[in-house]
Order: sequence, then structure tokens, then C-alpha cells
Amino acid sequence: MNDKDNGFVVFSGVQKSYDGKILVVKDLNLSIAKGEFLTMLGPSGSGKTTCLLMLAGFETATQGEILLDGKPINNIPPHKREIGMVFQNYALFPHMTVAENLTFPLQVRSMSKSDQEKKVNHVLDMVQMSEFGNRRPGQLSGGQQQRIALARALVFEPELVLMDEPLGALDKQLREHMQFEIKHLHERLGVTVVYVTHDQTEALTMSDRVAVFNDGIIQQLDAPDKLYEAPDNSFVAQFIGENNTLEGTIESFEGDYVNVRLDNDQVISALAVNVREVGEKTLISIRPERVETEAERCPENAQKIIGEVLEFIYMGDVFRTRIRVGNNDEFIVKSRNSPSQQRLQPGQMVTLGCLNKDCRALDHQITSKEVLS
Amino acid sequence: MVNVDSLVGRNSLHRKVQRSLRIQKLRALGLIAPLFIFILISFVIPIGDMLFRSIENQLVSEVLPRTTEYLKSEQINEGWEPPDELFWHLYIDLAIATEVKLHTRVGSRLNYEKTGISSLFRKTGRSIKKFGADDYSKALSEQMPELASIDYWELLSQGTSEKYGYTRDTYNTWKKNLIANDHWSEKTKPSDFLFVVLANDIKSQEIDSSLDASREEKLLPVISELPEIGFKERFLDTDEDWAEPDVWDTIQLYSPSFTNGYYLNSVDFKKGSDGPKIRPENERLYVLIFSRTLFMSVTITLVCLLLGYPVAYFLANLPLKYANLFLILVLLPFWTSLLVRTSAWKVLLQNEGVINDILVATGLISNLERLELINNQTGTIIAMSHILLPFMILPLFSVMKTIHPSYVRAAKSLGATPWTAFRRVYFPQSIPGIGAGSILVFILSIGYYITPELVGGTTGTFISNRIAYHISSSLNWGLGAALGSILLAVVLALYWVYDRMVGIDNVKLG
Ligand SMILES: Nc1ncnc2c1ncn2[C@@H]1O[C@H](COP(=O)(O)OP(=O)(O)OP(=O)(O)O)[C@@H](O)[C@H]1O
Ligand SMILES: [Mg+2]
Repeated sequence: MNDKDNGFVVFSGVQKSYDGKILVVKDLNLSIAKGEFLTMLGPSGSGKTTCLLMLAGFETATQGEILLDGKPINNIPPHKREIGMVFQNYALFPHMTVAENLTFPLQVRSMSKSDQEKKVNHVLDMVQMSEFGNRRPGQLSGGQQQRIALARALVFEPELVLMDEPLGALDKQLREHMQFEIKHLHERLGVTVVYVTHDQTEALTMSDRVAVFNDGIIQQLDAPDKLYEAPDNSFVAQFIGENNTLEGTIESFEGDYVNVRLDNDQVISALAVNVREVGEKTLISIRPERVETEAERCPENAQKIIGEVLEFIYMGDVFRTRIRVGNNDEFIVKSRNSPSQQRLQPGQMVTLGCLNKDCRALDHQITSKEVLS
Repeated sequence: MVNVDSLVGRNSLHRKVQRSLRIQKLRALGLIAPLFIFILISFVIPIGDMLFRSIENQLVSEVLPRTTEYLKSEQINEGWEPPDELFWHLYIDLAIATEVKLHTRVGSRLNYEKTGISSLFRKTGRSIKKFGADDYSKALSEQMPELASIDYWELLSQGTSEKYGYTRDTYNTWKKNLIANDHWSEKTKPSDFLFVVLANDIKSQEIDSSLDASREEKLLPVISELPEIGFKERFLDTDEDWAEPDVWDTIQLYSPSFTNGYYLNSVDFKKGSDGPKIRPENERLYVLIFSRTLFMSVTITLVCLLLGYPVAYFLANLPLKYANLFLILVLLPFWTSLLVRTSAWKVLLQNEGVINDILVATGLISNLERLELINNQTGTIIAMSHILLPFMILPLFSVMKTIHPSYVRAAKSLGATPWTAFRRVYFPQSIPGIGAGSILVFILSIGYYITPELVGGTTGTFISNRIAYHISSSLNWGLGAALGSILLAVVLALYWVYDRMVGIDNVKLG
């Protein structure tokens, strides 16, 4: 990779196996710029925590190199890496008060008493927890504990902070609130953050870039909007946001586009993203909000897809219509509840319209295992 | 405005709720009743019995009622001489007691307090028949044959005359004793000494015109011809010790039904008429054994902690399947009998044992300086630490298991060296396990018996060995009970101190 030189954190050809048989992380190449907010997103067991632990120094890479600020850190013990970490279960020391928890990293750095106090007060202010210094972690709510864990990871002013699903244990509202707080802290302090989550909304709202993990490899590394609008493969398309897939066979190539014959013999044109040859099976990915149920609302050059309405769901601001297209019973169309939007009846046949650049022809769900073999 | 009707309604509702709650409570009580009864029978009653026995002292006043009653008003000191009347009472008490062999029991009881009393009582019991009472019975029965029948004495004992109070009283005690000890039957003959008592009652009072007058007139001439028995001389002839003020002092001190004497003995004091006194140096024993018990228990606890902590740490950080395997190894000793394990230590530790042989063979020590590893404190500490180690490892393990590895990781990520992370983060969180393990090992070892008995020799024994000795060999149950009660009190006191210092909610047994 050519950004290996300017990356603040660089994973280069990193592999990890716990048992010597199965590779939990397979050939990880990743470069994180200074001050960046990078999120590792992926389903459970995809190796996110493992990557974080290798970076923090609690696991060693089976192969490859990890560089921090240009220097390899494979042989530096964790306590010398100066990396702040927020754990999934917060790991606040239960036998110490909040203030003692925050003083701990300063004490081990032999900082003077007055400096310690200053820093602790400052960081408590920062997370709006000034009154709670004398409490024990057990006497705090989940959200408050989360803030203290965050404060503790920041109090010794590391340049890199790792967070492993820090909001996993919080309820939805608090989680959304904390997402903003973390984001703002990041912007204010300019630290580099590597954030792990399996909540895609969280990843999209907070990050500069998102690395989508599956099966130990990065499926796609991109900015949130790219990831959503231009997924590279079926996994990413499925994993990020809501997605409609249409199965078909490639008929012919036409510049950047391919013509795909669906099961119901309709031929539609789609952007050729992850396809190789004619006759190959493919999955076309279309976002539900990029489809119109009324052809007259579509732009001139929209292509038409025919389907049968199965269900109409009224959701207030939007309508969700479930339509059968070919043998896909789960084709969803999301339309805004505007005055002119018509409400479809089940059983009705409709002609759907969408632009061919919004249809992306992707791999036919070949799992990454098969790719490697 | 409060509606009266609704108030009444509410009241009856309240009552209904109360009743249903009461029924629920009773049902719950019924469910725990078996356990409650079990605890009552197996803990509360035995402990209560032990506490009672440690102060109970009814035997002396029960067997020697007249003697102890008389001694109540006596001031016994160096120059004191036992008066004649005292021997008269002692004669009656012992005469009654010997018939059912109770005198030997009082003798042994008093022997705990002053050696020699037991044999004194036995000796006296053997010769008391020969004090001359048989002359009285022969002469009186000749004069008045009906006296030889128990029926006459029954009649006499039912009379109300003041005059025969002493006779009546003596007869009743005698009879009661025989019945209580299954010696009473239809054919029982009145004992010789009863005639002496009767003669004494007749002789010492005026003849009056009562119903008994005929009998008295009949007997009095015979009685006045009979030689007077000098009880004091008879007793002193039997054994000179009866002149010792010390003997009487001991009887007087232990006449009350309850005594603190056992407790005083337990702490090396001696009960005396002028307050408790500390025993001379060479008679002191129990304070030494108590402090030795405490010292060794603390040492064993510390050894177990030092050995058990790393093992528990190792186990807690092992993958589960290996941890279970090793836990079985930790528990393996429980599969063999305690006796076998202790005997194994004998084989290992003795002078010609495996350890000494190895040390000699490797040249670490010479053949002449073989280590004394058994029949002393070292032996007890080694063997007991081994036996109690699992009780330290298990609670430690179960607490350490709950310490998530992320705490230590967090500490390290915050810049702490592995040692600091252990000292400031891991160790404090394992304290509940240390507390639980220590209290378990300590309490188990402070009352341990078998191992010190087998490998402790004389210097490595515990207070429990003394207690066992008093229960099964010396049969001084009162002293055993007092020692046991003190041990119980010490444990409770230590528990209280522990609660103050560590906090009992800081103890986690799993
Ligand atoms: N200490 C370990 N020993 C052996 N295997 C492990 C260990 N830790 C993790 N694994 C395995 O490695 C794989 C990846 O684990 P990892 O914890 O990195 O997943 P993750 O992406 O963080 O998942 P989640 O979202 O559930 O936290 C999993 O299959 C897991 O079973
Ligand atoms: Mg994880």
C-alpha cells in the first residue's frame, strides 16, 4: 500500500490465528491517518476485537506488522504503547472511586499531585460528570459508567484511542446521545479513534471511514456515503442499510453496464461492479428508496420492472410496499408520504421505475472463503 | 369527609390481608421446619449442652447434701479443724452414697480439683460399713424385731412427729437413691446406719407422751447400753487426710450447683476460698496450648494462602477444560481418607523418612543432622497445610474466575506495568477470596484434631486434643466443655474482629 508511509496506524499483512488452524484475521492491510475516526464494522465473530487487541498489544499478530507512527510495535508491551482503550464492559476498577479510576493512569506516570487533580477535574468536566468523583463505578448508571470509561481512556492524553463496542450495553436513546458526544469529543481533541461496532447506523453516523469486516477480511473500506451508495460486493450491500436483491444471469456487457436477465425473463440494465463474464450469475442490488412505484414520477431514462404488490405498510412519514419481483417476495419500496404518492393495494400489478446506475450488479454471494480458495 | 362505611370495609380488608399473610408465613415456616429442627438438634442443643456442662456442678451437693449444707457456714483456713458434727453428717451422706456407689463419682469429681480425694473416698467407702453400725442394728432388732422389716420404717417415715425428722429425712433420701439406681426391691432390708440415726433421734430428746412413747421406752435402755460411735476418730483412722483443711476446703468450694471452676482451670487459675489464684509455673498448661493453637492456625492459614494463591491464579487463567482437570487434581486428596493422608506424611517426614533420606543422599545434610520434621509443630503445620489447602484454593479460584481479564488489560493500557496492574487492580479484587479462604482454613484448623494427634507429638498438639483427652480419657467433661466454650468464644471474637477489619460482606465463598 502506498499510504503505508503516511499512515499513523498501519496494519500490513497482518494475520491472526488463536489455535493454529483457523485464521481469525486474514491478511489485514489498513492505514489510518492521524486524527481520523475509523470504524471497524462487522457481524459478530468477524475478528474486530481481535484486531483491536493486537493493536493494543494484548494479542500478538501471527504474521505481519503493525506500525504506530511509523514504528513497528510488535515487540512493545501494552503498557508502553500509550494507547487509550475503552472496553466493551467498561472495565472500570470496581474497588476504586471514579476519581481514583481516573487518577490511576496519571499515578503510574508519576505525575505530580496537583497536575493529577487538575487533569482529573478537567476530564470529568469534559464528560459532564464533575459531581460523581467520589462514587464507585457500581453506583453509576450504564451511561455514566460509559462516560467515565471514556474519560479514563482520554485523561492521559493518548494520541490513539481504541473503543470496543463502547455503547453496546446502552439503550437506543442513550446510545444515540453518546454517539454525538463521542463524535464531538473526537472533533474537539483531534485524537485518532479506532472504533469497533456491529451497529451499522452507529458506524455511518460517527466515522470518517468505515472498514466492513467479514470472516477476517476487510470487505470494503470507505467513507460512510460511499459504503451505502456504492457497495463493492453483495455482503456490504446486504450488511449496510436496507437492500433489495434481484437474482439474474448476465446477458451482455455494454460499456460500464451489463444487461441481466432476471428469473421472470425481464432484462434490466445494471452498473457492472463485481461481475466478470457473460453467463455468470449475479445479484443486482437496489436501495428501496431509489425505486418509484409510479412510472410517471421517474426520470425519462428510467427502466421499468414489473411486480405484484403483496403488502402495503403505512409508517407515517414513509410507506413501505412489499412487492414480488420475479421470485423475490421481499422486494421493498420505500416512498415518501407526499400528497401525490398513491397508496397501493395488495394484489395490484405495478410497474416500478429506477435508474440503471442505481442498480448494481454484484457477485452472486460467493462467500469470501471461496474467494480465497 | 370520611365515609364510615368505607372505613369499616377497609378495616376488614386489612384484616383479610393480614390473615392471608399469616397463613403464607406459617406455610413458609412449615417448609423450613425440617431444616430448623435438624439445626436445633445438631447444633443448638449440643452447644447449649456444652455451655451448661461447663458451669454445672450439681453432683457434690446432691451426693453430700448434709455435709455441704453444714460447710456453708464454716470458715476454713490453715488452723481450722473439722468439728465432730461435720463427720456425723459426712457419715450419713457417705453411708447413703456407698450403697449405690455414688461416692466414687463424687470422689473423681473432686479429684479433678485436688488429687488424692478420689482414693480417699474409695477407701472410706470400703471401711464405712465397719464403723459399728451393725451393733446398733443387731441390738435394736433384738429388742424390737419389727424394726428389721422395711414396712415398719415405711410407717415411721409417714409419721409427722418433729422428733423423728432426721430419721425420716435420712430414710427418704436413702430410699430415693436406691430407687433411682435400681437397687430397691420388695426384699430390701433397712441398712445398719439407719439404726444409728434412729438411736440418735431417740437418745437426744425427751420422752414425751406421744404415740411413739412405747417404742422409745422399749429402745432407750438398749441404746444407752450401746457404745457411742466416735465418727471423727473412725474417719481419721481410715485416712488421716480427713483432718486436712484442704480437703474440706475443696468440698466447700465445689458445693454450689454452678461453678466457674472449670473456666478458671481452663485459663490456668485455681479456685480458692479467697478468690481465684494463678497456678504455679509448672502447673500451667492451657494458656500455652491456646496460644499455640492460635499461632499454628494463623501459620497454617498463611502457608495455605502463600501456596494456594498462585495455584488458584494459575487455574483461573487456564482455559476451562484444563481448569476443570486441574481442579479435580486439587480435589483429589479428598478421595482418600484423612487418616491415610496423614499417615503418608508420617512416612515422608519421619527421621528415617523419604525427605530426610533424600536430603542425606543428595548431601545437603549429613546423616547425623537429620531434620526433626515430625512429632512437633513443623509436622503439624506441614501436614495440616497440605490437608487444608483445597479449602483455600477453591474460594480463591471461584473469586478469581469472576475477575474479567479486561480489568488487567485496562490497567496495562492505562500504562501500568504488569506488576502494578496485579498489585493495584487484580489483587484488590481477589481479596474477597482471600478473606473467604482464610476464614475457612483458620476456623477448620483451630478445631482440628486427627492430624495434630497423629503427627503433632507433644509440642504440636492443639487445644482440641486436650478437649478430646478430657472427654474420653480423664472423663472431666466439665473441663472439656469449658475449653470448648472458650474455643467457641475465641472463634466468635476473631470473627467479629475480622468483620470489623475486612468486612464480612467482603467474603465470597463462591
Ligand atoms: N482468546 C481466544 N481464543 C480462541 N479463539 C478466540 C479468542 N478470542 C476470539 N476468538 C475467536 O476469534 C474469532 C473472532 O473473535 P473477535 O472477538 O475478534 O470477534 P468480534 O468481531 O469482536 O465479535 P463481536 O462483535 O461478537 O465482539 C471468533 O470466532 C472467536 O471465537
Ligand atoms: Mg468483540
